[in-house]
Amino acid sequence: MLLEVKNLTKNFAGLAAVSNVSLQVREGEILAIVGPNGAGKTVLFGLISGLLRPTRGQIYLQGEEITGWKPHRIACQGIARTFQTTALFDQLRVVDNLAIGYRQRTTGGFWSTLLHTRRWEEDKDRTTAKVMEILSFIGLAEKAFHFVSTLSQAEQKRLSIGVALISQPKMILLDEPTGGLILEDTDEITSLIRKIHETAGITVCLIEHKMRMVMDLAQRMIVLNFGSVIAEGTPGEISNNPDVIEAYLGGESIA
Amino acid sequence: MTWIKFLREKWFYALLLILALLLPLLITNRYHFQIVIMGCLFSIAALSLNLILGYTGQASMAHAGFFGIGAYGVALLTKEGMSFWLALPLSSLLAALVGFLIGLPTLRARGSYFAISTMCFGVIISIVAGNWIELTGGYNGVVGIPLPNPIFLPGVGDLGFQTQAAQYYLVLAFLLLTLLIMHRLVYSLMGLGFMAIRNNEVLAGSVGINTFAGKILSFVVANFFAGLAGGIYASLIGTISPATAALEQTFGWLIFVLLGGIATLTGPIVGAFVIPVIMEYLQFLTEYRLIIFGVLLIVVIIYFPRGLMGGFTTLQQRVKDLYAQRRGEKRAAGG
Amino acid sequence: MQLFLQQIFNGIMLGSTYAIVALGLTLVFGILHIPNFAHGHLYMLGAYISFFLMTLYGFGFWTALITSMVILGLVGMLIERVVYRPLQDKPHINSFISAVGALIILETSVIVLWGPQGRRIPNPYPDIVELLGITMSHQRLLVIVAAIAMIVVLQIFIKKTTPGATIEAVAQNREGAMLVGINVNWVSSLTFAISTATAAAAACLVAPIFMISPTMGALLGMKAFVIVILGGLGSIPGAILGGYILGILEAIGGGYLSAAYKDVYAFGALILILSIRPTGLFGKEVS
Repeated sequence: MLLEVKNLTKNFAGLAAVSNVSLQVREGEILAIVGPNGAGKTVLFGLISGLLRPTRGQIYLQGEEITGWKPHRIACQGIARTFQTTALFDQLRVVDNLAIGYRQRTTGGFWSTLLHTRRWEEDKDRTTAKVMEILSFIGLAEKAFHFVSTLSQAEQKRLSIGVALISQPKMILLDEPTGGLILEDTDEITSLIRKIHETAGITVCLIEHKMRMVMDLAQRMIVLNFGSVIAEGTPGEISNNPDVIEAYLGGESIA
Repeated sequence: MTWIKFLREKWFYALLLILALLLPLLITNRYHFQIVIMGCLFSIAALSLNLILGYTGQASMAHAGFFGIGAYGVALLTKEGMSFWLALPLSSLLAALVGFLIGLPTLRARGSYFAISTMCFGVIISIVAGNWIELTGGYNGVVGIPLPNPIFLPGVGDLGFQTQAAQYYLVLAFLLLTLLIMHRLVYSLMGLGFMAIRNNEVLAGSVGINTFAGKILSFVVANFFAGLAGGIYASLIGTISPATAALEQTFGWLIFVLLGGIATLTGPIVGAFVIPVIMEYLQFLTEYRLIIFGVLLIVVIIYFPRGLMGGFTTLQQRVKDLYAQRRGEKRAAGG
Repeated sequence: MQLFLQQIFNGIMLGSTYAIVALGLTLVFGILHIPNFAHGHLYMLGAYISFFLMTLYGFGFWTALITSMVILGLVGMLIERVVYRPLQDKPHINSFISAVGALIILETSVIVLWGPQGRRIPNPYPDIVELLGITMSHQRLLVIVAAIAMIVVLQIFIKKTTPGATIEAVAQNREGAMLVGINVNWVSSLTFAISTATAAAAACLVAPIFMISPTMGALLGMKAFVIVILGGLGSIPGAILGGYILGILEAIGGGYLSAAYKDVYAFGALILILSIRPTGLFGKEVS
């Protein structure tokens, strides 16, 4: 068991965005978190990644409690994430974004930077190598030195996944990685996610609305509604669950 | 990198360096020379402000305050008999330390809060400098600050700093040192880290960068150099007062950085030289100059936020891209 | 004891001024989401305009005050349009720099027009009344009464009238307000106008008591920021309470401790409080 969440609750000015949620993420699996809009999925990610402080509850990563930790500390422990609205360093170039993603894996600090020590050289070489590796993995090698603002939506989404990937995390949280993309680009991202899962063995936890894609990709699903878990199981079980069908009535269809 | 390759790529900067070294032979007017010396000093101040403001994206309005700490430190220590060469690093370290202590509470808060807090802190320094009469002499300031002690060079003898040329080489040396250090910090993973904090602090945290540590480091280093510039200023000018640490100074450097080109290494230097020169030429306009600068500040930040050198690099990049695109098209058409 | 009560009275008077100025600042913050760094200088301009009208055109005290409020209201709208609106989607630091440009223009213009030295405005109500051994000049009483009146009127305006509700709506959710058809630009302009007009009124009321100078706004502006941050950006009760607390503390501190260092205490307190609660005393948690 990689990640465990116990009785997690988050209140915003009286409204419970996430209410008494308990779940587990198993190592090496692809887990999908689904639910209607406003169900609390992104808030849940925010709590796990440390961006939000839980009102109640605990979060454990590989047995160690990480509740209330700062985001950068949790990221260094091995949880990487992407954001619903594509978050990148848009004043910088593609390679810069990736290099920043790898920063946590370099050890050099102020003095090694100032004096250009051997450690600095090694950090630089390792970073360059890793950036090149990820660039070809996500298929953006040609756009390496382009500024992020010149990339298409799909390319930006791929880059943000690359930035999450480059830090060699134990688990990646993908928040609507295909949000706003057409079918062709969606399939591209889906195969990228599968590639990540297969080659690197990284645990993937994703939020998605596109049901067909989720059913195809996910090994296990958790359904949230109004901040609580209403169902859990394999895609097959979920699509036949009456509570789930009712929650989605009037929203997306499962077929 | 071999010397020849280095020269070919950086010939422009090599030329500038030679010009800078030969400057005392070219300038005869004492007044002009003084402007150049001040330009070098303010370049150090502007470069260091650029580190925290331009690269890390935190608006420190206390920069003149730390300049003041360096200035008063050197002034008081050297008047008590300490060698300039010991007083200077001590005062700079003091500025850095105070920066650390101030940074701890203020950098945890949101951007606007930091700007206001540092502005207030800068004013505190001015008020303290003006009222702690036993230590600082109050609003009359400190006069009679000795010049830097002569350095002994084997074979040459004692090198004093009475001449403008010697003073110029002193500030030039420190400017080059500052430039080198800034270059190393900025063109590195650490520098990318700073820019990440500036661009999207939340995202930077999510990818594992300790943004608070980064901001503190950037702030402390910036203040060290502010103090350094202040210390040299005190010794060369000979008199300082609370006005040395005034908010107006910070605003001046802000203009240098902004107009010259934020987040570039050449921009602040260009600004620190060009703008005072323009100010000199516009002397006849007296106070109206400042109104022009206020207007310029607004116009530049809205329409030319990347300043002179920033816009220049964008232009360079566009030309390069256009060139590469043309070549790519030719190849596609041919192949 | 008498000294203490005297200082309390002075503190309430100071606090009234601070409260009004902070109130305007916090109102604008709700709309802009950054503090208006030029606020102190606009306050200063208000005092100078009234001085100008009274000495050159022989305006009466109240006529000058009203005219100054109107002029400053217009200037405020201009500042919003020219200095802040073009930068509303850019990083906050850009707006800050733009505001610095504005305040340089304001301060220098005043120096150019009226000189850098301090000026005196004739006191329209020089009489004094003695109560419980405290000397209360009519002018000072006027400041307190007028300030409280303005605070009450503003509160009623915000809470009970439609334009007031519109301002609150835009402050809470700009996009939502746009969606329901509110002209957010007009609301921004109006809020600015109210903010600067009230600051001008405060300045005119206080001007006869102290001297006016081109730099009087800078320090006050910074204190207003301190108050607004301590009270919580956007919180009207926080601004009012903070204003009075600062005023009283300053009067007592200045009276019993050192007058020269009284500002240091205020600013030092800000830095201290921010280190404990980075969002200010009444501020909301940033998610």
